[in-house]
Amino acid sequence: MELKDLIKPENLVYDKSKVQRDVYMHYCPGCSHGVVHKILSELIEELDIQDKTIGIAPVGCAVFAYNYIDVDWQEAAHGRAPAVATGVARLNPEKFVFTYQGDGDLASIGSAEIMHACNRGENILVIFINNGIYGMTGGQMAPTTLEGMVTSTTPSGRNTDLNGYPMKITNLIAELPGTSYVTRQAVHTAAAVRKCKRSVKKAIQNVLDKKGTSFVEVVSTCNSGWKMTPDGANKWMAENMLPYYPLGDLKDSIKGEPISEN
Amino acid sequence: MAKVIGAVVVDKEGCKGCNLCVEACPHDVLNLNKEVNSRGYHYSYMENPENCIGCANCGVVCPDTCITIYRMKI
Repeated sequence: MELKDLIKPENLVYDKSKVQRDVYMHYCPGCSHGVVHKILSELIEELDIQDKTIGIAPVGCAVFAYNYIDVDWQEAAHGRAPAVATGVARLNPEKFVFTYQGDGDLASIGSAEIMHACNRGENILVIFINNGIYGMTGGQMAPTTLEGMVTSTTPSGRNTDLNGYPMKITNLIAELPGTSYVTRQAVHTAAAVRKCKRSVKKAIQNVLDKKGTSFVEVVSTCNSGWKMTPDGANKWMAENMLPYYPLGDLKDSIKGEPISEN
Repeated sequence: MAKVIGAVVVDKEGCKGCNLCVEACPHDVLNLNKEVNSRGYHYSYMENPENCIGCANCGVVCPDTCITIYRMKI
């Protein structure tokens, strides 16, 4: 069989989402941001919520997310995306509002905003990209940097006496009564991407059903900041990041309900 | 058992040659081209098209969404 006989619209099984704009992304080759953008675009198309979705862009590499996903966006000051999302969601209760933040944005400068937005149980989805460093500014140490991990500001590795311990912010957020669905996923393999997509879909559905804040952490790579190849960074992440940040659901309930023991 | 064949179409200019699709492919269909696209990246292409089963793993992991996949039974 010739390839031209196979490449026909009726045989199409996988294509770019219509919600994703037809431009080249500025991300480095192999960056996890692209995969998460793709998951969001596909789900916005699948759930048919393109005209009611409002994204809050962070400061970080994903600052240009508004160029790639064709929904309404609002840019927020560094770390303040949950505060902006609170205002947007309260004024537009019929809209689906999500924030898209990195670990420097969410876990460091924006830690107060995220804690209180989650504690209030705002009806927003928070996508948290955890790659263990400040990617955009040149790979400096972030709160989530692993112990002993070499970054440009910790050239001999993170020293816990000096710099403290890597912060499991998702576990802290799971303890807050305002959250409904808190999960940690990754996008380093095809199976993980499909699982992450299912989790984000559930999180979006929870927000649409007004169950409270949904929080999806995506353990990601930053191969440029880590000074690795894209596939090498994925392997390094699976070996080093995932034991400290284990994947799975941390909480699955409705806001205000007692936290189950599991 | 019906045989399934697939085809991968890579948007050559969109590809950044990150090699993730090559790693994700269970049947060694894809590889990076020795030639580069206009942006200087070694873009991905079907090296062994006869092995493709259209599982879409390469498309799912592609961060730049430059892979389209076709599949049919024969």
